[in-house]
Amino acid sequence: MSAETMSIFSPKLAARFDALVEKYPVRRSALVPMLLYAQDEIGYLSDAVIAEVAHRIGITELDVRNVATYYSMLRFKPAGKYNVQVCTNISCMLRGAYDVFEKFQEELGIGHRGVTPDGIFSLEEVECIGACCWAPAIQVNYDFHDDLTPQSVPEILDRYRKVQDKEKNA
Amino acid sequence: MPRLVSHPDEVKIVSKRFGLGATDIDKYIELGGYQAAKKCLEQGPDWIIEEMKASNLRGRGGAGFPTGMKWSFVPKQSAKPKYVLVNGDESEPGTCKDHLIFLHDPHSVIEGTLIAGLSIGSKMGFIYLRGEYRYLLEIMEKAVADAYAKGFLGKNIFGTDTEFQIITQSGAGAYEVGEESALMESLEGKRGVPRIKPPFPAVVGLYGGPTVINNAETIATVPHVINMGGAAFAAVGSPRNGGTRLFGISGHVERPGVYELPMGYNLKKMIYDVAGGVRGDRKLKAVVPGGSSTPVLLPEEIENLGMDFDQVGKAGSMLGSGGVVVIDDRTCIVEFALRTISFYQHESCGWCIPCREGTDWLKKSLTRFHAGFGTAKDIDNIRYLAENMLGRTFCPLGDAAAMPTLGFVKKFRKEFEDHLDGKPCPFAKHAEMAVV
Repeated sequence: MSAETMSIFSPKLAARFDALVEKYPVRRSALVPMLLYAQDEIGYLSDAVIAEVAHRIGITELDVRNVATYYSMLRFKPAGKYNVQVCTNISCMLRGAYDVFEKFQEELGIGHRGVTPDGIFSLEEVECIGACCWAPAIQVNYDFHDDLTPQSVPEILDRYRKVQDKEKNA
Repeated sequence: MPRLVSHPDEVKIVSKRFGLGATDIDKYIELGGYQAAKKCLEQGPDWIIEEMKASNLRGRGGAGFPTGMKWSFVPKQSAKPKYVLVNGDESEPGTCKDHLIFLHDPHSVIEGTLIAGLSIGSKMGFIYLRGEYRYLLEIMEKAVADAYAKGFLGKNIFGTDTEFQIITQSGAGAYEVGEESALMESLEGKRGVPRIKPPFPAVVGLYGGPTVINNAETIATVPHVINMGGAAFAAVGSPRNGGTRLFGISGHVERPGVYELPMGYNLKKMIYDVAGGVRGDRKLKAVVPGGSSTPVLLPEEIENLGMDFDQVGKAGSMLGSGGVVVIDDRTCIVEFALRTISFYQHESCGWCIPCREGTDWLKKSLTRFHAGFGTAKDIDNIRYLAENMLGRTFCPLGDAAAMPTLGFVKKFRKEFEDHLDGKPCPFAKHAEMAVV
């Protein structure tokens, strides 16, 4: 499939995928990153995403699903625009990650894997994100926030709310 | 942005360019970058492998296998293309060292990959980063593009006839993919389940070709080994454990951070001098010496413990990934054990039954136990389950889950007993773990 033919992805991402499948000795090697990049743009792995990825790689949709269900970052339902991922693994736990997680639950009014009614935020308790020495740490989408306390939670959320308001007004 | 730390006892080899702007290729070159690759290109594969063997550099991912020896296992003649695979799927709880390497010194990873490629006669390397490290992947991608533009990568590297390509790759969330054969599966676009060994990757690896797989820190160390000379690098560390290591000290210490210390550095000093001691003048209760899969050590066990693969092994644990997790006296070990096993239960890929079932039952037992509904039989049952996982799985994840569990039960049996028969947890839940 080339960028010119029908694609559910933006022309930029479609072009990127055209190049991605040619990059490796084996076309299928593009599968895992392609699913993640597709999810970044569409929000989740919808049926249409699975169908197009299967077509681009040249494998069945079932095969794509079989692989996709393995990886914890890939999801089949929409998350919030800003997905808050709170690490509670050992290094973060020792430095108060559960209090941070509770504060996020309180501020957002949702629990693990919940999405706010406006679809702006979602919340997840996640495993180690590789920021153990700067614990407790979270990721909002791909941004890291380190050395947190429950007190820093409202400020982080405000920062994303402001970005959201700006985009809305623009 | 992760904070950088320093201490006078540090010997900065791998981290010497951290914070100096070496993501910029010109800065990296100015700081001596790509000289090692150039030298290796002139000296040839046998010379590289001899230097690597002399360096006593051992794999920084956790297993501690001698790097030079690993490279020497790759057959010289091969019908299929050979590959270098850099494991940047850093996911072991307690470990964040590769995070800093990708952030501050991406070209050292590229240069190390190139040297590994030259040593085995490979024309292609892959640098695989965990999916969560997107901002680091972008740094790596730019660095790779810059290296191509300078002619350090491509069809004619450094103006010679030698070819070497590098492809960067993103994962999508899976601890198991940090295991070398699962990593190859993932890179081939499959579920990250392990392969049976033998054959080992050096003979049948990625796409069926001979493959060298190294941890990102190991690879980033390689150019320094070449620049210093293998023997000089070896002299920095302890016997059979060459050089330095990026130790990530986390948990209840005053100054957590990634510190580069010589192999064999005393663990007690590492906690009390380098990381400033236990936070809030509390007492040390236990230390996890090398990432969450390594058995816990008691304060009396770390007095004279040098942090290298052999000494920590002798002490009944493992140096692992070098992630030192410090636990103070107000922490509930049962809860800590439960959080550890919950992780392995979540990450078990389900391929091998002892691991899939074992982690699940251990989590169930420990959850019940921590909630105060355990029985005396449970303690032995937890042990029985863990012991029966050991050595019965394709990959080390089963062991990684069982070993720390056994350590907790063995060394903190009394604390498990204190949770029996509906007694409340002697440590108020979470409250004492909060930031002081």
